Amino acid sequence: MIPRHLIIGVAVLLAITLGMSLYVWRMRGRVDRSEDSAANTQPVAPPVSGVTEQATLYVAYDDAGVLRPKPVRIPLPAGRQERAAEMLRALLTLYLDKFSPHALGAGSEIRDVYLVDPGLAVIDLNAAFADGHRSGVLVEELTVVSLVQTLSANIPGITRVKILVEGKERDTLAGHADLSNFYDVPAVTQVVAQLQNAQ
Amino acid sequence: MVAPASRRPPGHLVPAAGAFAAAVVLASSILLYSSPEEKRITIYSNAANYTLPVLERNGDEYVGLLEVFEPLGNVSAKLSGSHWKFRYYDVDSEFTAGKTRARIHGSDFDLPSNFLLENRRGLVPLSCLGTLMPRILGGPVTFNQNSRRLFVGNVAVHFTAQVSKTTPPKLVMNFTAPVNPMIATEPGKLRMAFNHEAVVAPGSQALTFDSKIIPSASFQENNGAAEIVVAASVPLMASFANNGHTIIVEPVPQAIPPTQATAPAQPQPNASPPISITTAPTAIHRYFAVVDPSHGGDERGASLTGQLAEKDVTLAFARRLRQELDNRGLATLLLRDGDTTLSLDQRASLTNSAHPAIYLCVHAATQGNGIRVYTALVPAEAETRGPFLNWDAAQTAFQLLSRSAGAALVTELQNRQIPARSIIAPLRPLNNITTPALAMEVAPPSDDVSQLNSPAYQQMIAGAIAAGIAGVREKLEAGR
Repeated sequence: MIPRHLIIGVAVLLAITLGMSLYVWRMRGRVDRSEDSAANTQPVAPPVSGVTEQATLYVAYDDAGVLRPKPVRIPLPAGRQERAAEMLRALLTLYLDKFSPHALGAGSEIRDVYLVDPGLAVIDLNAAFADGHRSGVLVEELTVVSLVQTLSANIPGITRVKILVEGKERDTLAGHADLSNFYDVPAVTQVVAQLQNAQ
Repeated sequence: MVAPASRRPPGHLVPAAGAFAAAVVLASSILLYSSPEEKRITIYSNAANYTLPVLERNGDEYVGLLEVFEPLGNVSAKLSGSHWKFRYYDVDSEFTAGKTRARIHGSDFDLPSNFLLENRRGLVPLSCLGTLMPRILGGPVTFNQNSRRLFVGNVAVHFTAQVSKTTPPKLVMNFTAPVNPMIATEPGKLRMAFNHEAVVAPGSQALTFDSKIIPSASFQENNGAAEIVVAASVPLMASFANNGHTIIVEPVPQAIPPTQATAPAQPQPNASPPISITTAPTAIHRYFAVVDPSHGGDERGASLTGQLAEKDVTLAFARRLRQELDNRGLATLLLRDGDTTLSLDQRASLTNSAHPAIYLCVHAATQGNGIRVYTALVPAEAETRGPFLNWDAAQTAFQLLSRSAGAALVTELQNRQIPARSIIAPLRPLNNITTPALAMEVAPPSDDVSQLNSPAYQQMIAGAIAAGIAGVREKLEAGR
């Protein structure tokens, strides 16, 4: 026969084990939640709403290989830098749509836009934007020129644009369009004029 | 005979001292205003080959210890008062500012001069690296202090050099690892500078050959770099073979008159890549066109279909284009004739060295149809200053001619019912080329992408482009 004190001892140990397991389970859940919040370093911006404003997006159309201005009305924040970022996000929303005229890879995002005086704009793309971009001279050029022209046409005073990926310099967007140099807005405007005429 | 200075009358000393002082001031000015070459050390290892600046402190040469070890593995440094604690993997070292005695892995080590601390950065005398590094790394190190070249482990690249008995003679240099030296020429000499390759001297630094045209070569090393200088009685050119393991130096062939037609070249699908850097005087124009099949080697370009890579289509198309140009008497150099990796800078350098009348870069894409002809979008603020061309804006002077050639090409293609358009594009290396430069993106004739690889389609496009280029030949020749 098993002694009574041994049964009580085993029961107490089992109870402690169960209690500890529950405690560890709860602690793990807490760590997961705190890691989630630590990983998301994006500033939380309030959703843009309110009065809409007129803007011109320069939209790429792959089927004809052209770039065309598209007047839109979108809600825009007051700050110049925030307006610039919002403008490009509106363009991206169009490209990520199911019926996109110039499809971009899933998860493509504009991380941020920085306006640096005098006249410099820095567009920071996320890695998914560049890594998921289709490769080709024209298709990459359409993307780059679309971003630069949309920005310069809507935000006065921009004369040069630099494109980064995840905050870092990159040689090309997807093997062709040069990202190592600054884009001169007047020169890009000349390219836009050419890209408005179909083949 | 000059009398000793002490016996000269005192009156003579004043102008002599004045002249001496003036000479000292002049010499000092020259020394101050001339820009001496920055001293550097190059370290070769299996992990990386890298160059670091050498600093002059208290008359000795110093180098940052953390920078020396950083590319080799895990390092960390901590400053505690005047003590600088350095850790490489599990080897701890401690140095004290202003002292020669250091502790490395639990043993004392004496530096030849004081350890220095500058902005939390630990500097050690350069001369101690040969003994200090093996203590920390636990492996052999060979340090040539005179040339400031340091070899970690067995990384040296050896070479042999032999002049062939052919006519004309060829100097064939075989290296134990691929090399990519900077090549330059001057009357009677061809120089190959090895800045990042661990090339070491053969048995003798001076090599002599039984040839009147290429009688000798010499190996020199200085300031963290090695150099091989080939002496010759005629202008030389160098070409790479065997994936960079072999350099062939030979006399520059006679110029081909531009009006002389050459025999149609046979396609050479398995030919080795003849990447040539011509170092002949610029008056000799060997090639009319340089055709560059974009991508290649590790760089596949666009995936046109599941199996078809852009690099393969561009190579096949470029070979046809070369043949079509050759058929029209336009001597053409193909930048790669195999699956070779070439950087954009290498493509531009090779083209600029060959001094062609036009550079034609070939791309392929699935979007659209027909041909798109691109000219360079020269970056902003890339202006040329002084006698040197800005690398990013080297195309500036040739933009008008490039656009004119591009427009003529588009007209020719359209006349043949091939859809074509001309666009300015931010596409390197167009902006680095010092001659009229065009890039052509070949798209399929219809929605069937596999047509891109069709010999008939490629032949039709190549023929049309060659005809277009031949049409502007005189204009391009005049622009040289």
